[in-house]
Amino acid sequence: MAKSNKPIIWGTFAAGGELVSLVTPVLILLTLLAATGHVPDALSYAKLHAFAAGWFGKLVIFVILFLSLWSQAHRLRITCFDFGMRADGVVAVVFYLIATVGSLASLMYLARI
Amino acid sequence: MSRRPYVREVSPTSWYFRMPRYMRYMAREVTSVFIGIYTVILLVGLARLSDGDLAYQGYLAALRQPSSIVFHVLALAFSLYNSFTWFNVAPKALPIQIGEEFMPDSVVAGGHYVVWVALSLFILFWAGVF
Repeated sequence: MAKSNKPIIWGTFAAGGELVSLVTPVLILLTLLAATGHVPDALSYAKLHAFAAGWFGKLVIFVILFLSLWSQAHRLRITCFDFGMRADGVVAVVFYLIATVGSLASLMYLARI
Repeated sequence: MSRRPYVREVSPTSWYFRMPRYMRYMAREVTSVFIGIYTVILLVGLARLSDGDLAYQGYLAALRQPSSIVFHVLALAFSLYNSFTWFNVAPKALPIQIGEEFMPDSVVAGGHYVVWVALSLFILFWAGVF
């Protein structure tokens, strides 16, 4: 049977789409509050650092970043095609590379906390 | 192949202006640009958090720039559009069959809205907003 990387890409696209739809608006609201000077309690350095120091917090942060990166990388690739960019191979490599580097970087940052 | 094949002229860069339906599709596509950039902003926040208190305070200060506030407002609007369109199409993407019948679309979409509101309120409460 021919091998395909589609199930992997599609899996992160579907799971990421669901997660992004459920949590991204409220996350943007939290950082918008911080941007307007009303930093939510959980976004203070002490609280957020303590959250990211535990295994559960690390898992939550990693899952959100990993799925957001991969699902949006896939969507951005399709968006580029829809706007007329026909160099799909190059576009795919660029976005999936960003998602890979971002995922590895988030693991590294979490390990340092 | 006939000698004079029928070729329909479709512009690859402006095809979506022809119908409102296509425009709505593209509006949803564009949400990925805002959510993608926002994900990178979150990633930078994690990087600054791992750099220590001083670096993280610098990140919070950078968030207060006017351009950041404008981006956040736009990103919030686009991400809400993304969420609504995702929940509304969920019954088509995730049809739940019970015996011979399919669960009504309103139940699947409504369930998504209930979970979304509950989760959002829980996160706001956890974050100490209220």
